[in-house]
Amino acid sequence: VIARLSGNLSPRGLIFLAALGAALLIAPFVANDYLLTVLILILYFAYTGQAWNIMMGFAGQLSLGHAIYVGLGAYVAALLFTRYGIAPWIGLLAAIPVTVACGAVIGFLAFRFGVAGVYFAILTIAFAEFARIGFDHLDIVNASAGLFLPVAQYTHNDLWRLRGNPAMFYYVILAATVLAFILSRVLMTSRIGYFWLAIREDEIAASAAGIDTFRYKMYAVMISAAVTAFAGVFYAFFYNNLFPEQVFNISRSIEIILGPIIGGVGTLFGPVLGAFVLTGLAETLNSAMLYFGIDLPGAKQVFYGVCLLLVVLALPNGVWPWLARRLGVAERSR
Amino acid sequence: VSFDVYLNVAVGGILTGLVYGLMALGLSVVFGVVRIVNFAHGEMMTIAMYLAVVLFSQFHLDPLLMLVPIAAVLFVCGYALQAGLINPFITRPEHSQFLLLVALGLIIVNSLLIVFGPDARSVQTSYAYDSFQIGPLIVDASKLYAGGAAVVLAALLFAFFRYTLTGTAIRACADNYTGAQVVGLDVKHLYALTFAIGAACVGAAGAIMTLIIDVTPMLGPTYTLLAFVIVVTGGLGSMPGALLGGLLIGLTEAFAGLLFTPSAKSMFAFGILVLVLLFRPQGLLGKRLA
Repeated sequence: VIARLSGNLSPRGLIFLAALGAALLIAPFVANDYLLTVLILILYFAYTGQAWNIMMGFAGQLSLGHAIYVGLGAYVAALLFTRYGIAPWIGLLAAIPVTVACGAVIGFLAFRFGVAGVYFAILTIAFAEFARIGFDHLDIVNASAGLFLPVAQYTHNDLWRLRGNPAMFYYVILAATVLAFILSRVLMTSRIGYFWLAIREDEIAASAAGIDTFRYKMYAVMISAAVTAFAGVFYAFFYNNLFPEQVFNISRSIEIILGPIIGGVGTLFGPVLGAFVLTGLAETLNSAMLYFGIDLPGAKQVFYGVCLLLVVLALPNGVWPWLARRLGVAERSR
Repeated sequence: VSFDVYLNVAVGGILTGLVYGLMALGLSVVFGVVRIVNFAHGEMMTIAMYLAVVLFSQFHLDPLLMLVPIAAVLFVCGYALQAGLINPFITRPEHSQFLLLVALGLIIVNSLLIVFGPDARSVQTSYAYDSFQIGPLIVDASKLYAGGAAVVLAALLFAFFRYTLTGTAIRACADNYTGAQVVGLDVKHLYALTFAIGAACVGAAGAIMTLIIDVTPMLGPTYTLLAFVIVVTGGLGSMPGALLGGLLIGLTEAFAGLLFTPSAKSMFAFGILVLVLLFRPQGLLGKRLA
């Protein structure tokens, strides 16, 4: 498995990867709570970025409304947990069909009628906004008052019910990120991955070559939605509170796409690298501002904007392809 | 609820819709000619709104009078933005252009947040509470002036594109990029000019809008999205379509606010977008989907 997964990495690349893996594994033993929370955030964005990348990076369908899948996943699992005491892992099994169905509806509306490119992106935002306002008025999820999960005492870790200390959440999201990476790797080199690549590069040519573009674009949306559902479940149980205004907010969707774009759209390591760079820098900025006693609510977002601007201007393919060439660990370019 | 109430709400919705239409015209013009999707459209409008608010609170200058200088400021910004930053992106992939403007939008919204804070600001004109009564109809003076100003500006814009030489040249660029270059048009300049006109449109719409709503930095993304819904509903690249879409969304929001709850009104705008994409994907007045 390792050989297959690392097939296109040079020995130096493997050493880097092994070192990173080891560092991530022992992190909870050396990091304090703050650093651990930052790492959880980084891995969370690496995970969601990987999920988004399946749709945009592989199949070329720009989604700017991924918050809807996070939000739906979070609300389904949280609702089942608070109302019926159903464990989040079972809740996940319920959340995935819901997000997949949502993705299918969006995909069907768009792909049936040739809504493509930027208009597809607008449709995805419209759906996320629709959900935000809808949930804000939906009494079963406490509307805008928010849904709260009972906060557990951190005496012992209950992995089944996802109640515990940050270290447990850290390992959960680390495992999820690794799994998402492996899934992406498998998808990328599978038949479906090559079909996506053909669609991304030239949809008309792909269709002429006999690929059912509608079907494979639908698969991309649905797989991406299903993977994102877990991010929602994790979000709900890690933060223990859900407000439609926050969960479905368009800035959540933007945060999800920043990592992979900065790291490199369509690459396997891009979303991971992007999450580390972006969240790492943003948290450094946060701490620096805290240290100097500056309280500027929008500063982090301005910083995100400047990062995005610089990357789009200077490294349109992202940081990873550039870095990989520099380090001599080139991932096969796709 | 009596018929009079419906009538009053409808008139209010139409007047607001006219301002929406002017705002969407800016987006439609830029898209129709430069083929750039301005994802910082609403954010540019909030800049204009804050200009209007500051001019009013500091110097008591009426937004309706300040509309011209504010539009001029955005015109210059729009020109510089297109000529400097966006022009190299004309040949880049669609999502790359899009992200450039998302980044700009993000910077604008949060810079405004840092400067002005999250609280809503408003313009309290002397006629803020005036209204005109025509039979059973009671029309807010602010809304009437706002709608009227939007109509005048939209008419000027139509006339510009129809009757002036520059307007014709811009339409030529939109119809045939290579052809326009062959006959010796300075396409780069005309593109920048078009973006500037689009920015001026949304600047004017922003100044007018301060008469009817309170201003917060977070309005930026909301109005970007609303402008898109309007343009897609009306028909991409169709100028009358943008106005019609504005009216339709204005009316929808007004009635949604009356019959349901005002905070849920944009849900209905999105509902219309989905319906349009389902049954008439090219938009109400559009010819074909790009």
